[in-house]
Amino acid sequence: MTATTPTTDLAVQATGVGKVFPTKAGDVAALTEVELEVKAGEFVSLIGPSGCGKSTLLRLIADLDQASSGELTIFGKPARRARIDQDYGIAFQQAGLLPWRTVAANIGLPLELHKVGKAERDARVAELAELVGLTDFVDRYPDQLSGGMQQRVAIARSLAARPKLLLMDEPFGALDEMTREYLQGELTRIAAETGAAVVFVTHSIPEAVFLSDRVVVMSPRPGRITDVIETGLGEVRDEALRESPAYFEKVTAVREALHGTKVERANER
Amino acid sequence: MTSGRAQGGAARRWVPVAWGAAGIVAVALLWELYKFVGPSEGVVIGQVEGEAGSGVLILPRTHDRAMPHIWTMIGRLFEPTSGGSTPPLFVSVAQAALLSLGIAAVGWLIGVAVGMLLGLVMQRWKLLEWGLLPWIVVSQIVPLIAFAPVVNAIGNQIDRGGTPWPQWLSVAVIASYLAFFPVAVGVLRGLEAPDRIHLDLMRSYAAGYWPTLLRLRLPASVPHLLPALRLAAANAVLGAVVAEVSIGMRGGIGRMLIQLAGQASSDPAAPWGPMFGSIVLGLIAAGSVALIGLGLKNYRRGEATA
Repeated sequence: MTATTPTTDLAVQATGVGKVFPTKAGDVAALTEVELEVKAGEFVSLIGPSGCGKSTLLRLIADLDQASSGELTIFGKPARRARIDQDYGIAFQQAGLLPWRTVAANIGLPLELHKVGKAERDARVAELAELVGLTDFVDRYPDQLSGGMQQRVAIARSLAARPKLLLMDEPFGALDEMTREYLQGELTRIAAETGAAVVFVTHSIPEAVFLSDRVVVMSPRPGRITDVIETGLGEVRDEALRESPAYFEKVTAVREALHGTKVERANER
Repeated sequence: MTSGRAQGGAARRWVPVAWGAAGIVAVALLWELYKFVGPSEGVVIGQVEGEAGSGVLILPRTHDRAMPHIWTMIGRLFEPTSGGSTPPLFVSVAQAALLSLGIAAVGWLIGVAVGMLLGLVMQRWKLLEWGLLPWIVVSQIVPLIAFAPVVNAIGNQIDRGGTPWPQWLSVAVIASYLAFFPVAVGVLRGLEAPDRIHLDLMRSYAAGYWPTLLRLRLPASVPHLLPALRLAAANAVLGAVVAEVSIGMRGGIGRMLIQLAGQASSDPAAPWGPMFGSIVLGLIAAGSVALIGLGLKNYRRGEATA
């Protein structure tokens, strides 16, 4: 953004991050001692059962909640500064489009809020609509789109300010399997094209392995990171990858890490 | 919208109109039916023989002085207002109704402005919501008929030196007193309507209070605001009519209603003229607000989850 922005090749750096929610029954530790580094351009998934704090961690990175302890920096800046500087784009499980705005106006909302000129905005919106394959739908309203298309609009919107970090909280969680696989492929392409780092929260093991460079496995009570698995699946993520032994191997590895024990395989019995 | 759906919508739009008309016809038929079968002196129970006025009237009298025929009421609209060469009743009713409508409109505007302001500050500062909302609710319990002369008296004392406080302004203020309530509550609820996800998004865009208000809260409040504005319009008309009677302002439909009702024993169909007039008045007021809704159609779209 500005020349004074400290440069670092770490998109996210968390050291000893913890989050405590006060409740009537006492304090509940949602996250403890989280150590995590996400390099610029890296795709990292957070996976774990409900209550493991993966969404909480994402919200801390986004500065939608504040960490109770530890230090969290985004591109070397405090999370709050990074949010104000628009260093990240975010997408949730629900598309969260504004129903009274057209697709184009929804994609352009972040730009409009940051006083980007009309001509520049229109050009950027057209570019983004092209990127997510919605050029023919820019004048439609959200209620005229399928769930998958709404989610693509949300992704385009998260990319509008050209963030170097994308935060995604189960963005494909509410979609059917076919749309989901299609959008996974699209997302890897978009992430590669924009060079943005991605922190991706998911429930799905195959999804995490297919998309990520690293899968961060988390565990509940208290929420913490229990394992980090490098997928090492390379740059190209296509349909052939879903059938490859290397992919299945990693899926198994993540599953074992999630269950905390070695999963007995049918052919080894 | 596809054109097919629009055509279907045009046909379907007549269904509520037909039901509305059927309702009016049903009421008229019921009126005439009871007038035909009911006893002329009504049904009284527990009457003591030879003692006039004793007992309890449980079904109304049906003679022409108590229940004029529907056609007599309609026919009366075209006869002179108070005999002689005075204009037909419907003309006088229309003039009175227009005056009341104008006053109610001013009251509506004041009420909407005050209501919106209250809604905005209550949403902005939770403390003000806790402090104000109970009083706003209590304010509506104050009987209007007692409150109206007070407003008029205060008004008269405000401007003794310069131009005098016009009576109609008192009526408008009282109308606004009824009109502001649904707006304040509706705006408050509407501004709090946005989903958590939308608020999180605005926060992630580092959007402050005003951009969030303009781009998110206000547009999201429209579905709550429109019914509130319609209620406010109906309330403003009601308030104007009652206030006219209460402070004795001449020329409006409320005053006319009272005047003609006083002569009902000799001219039983006459009070029905201003009564129909005030019904039409309420419909026009609510209908004009519905027109605002047409212009805000896009803010009433639901996001399909498909």
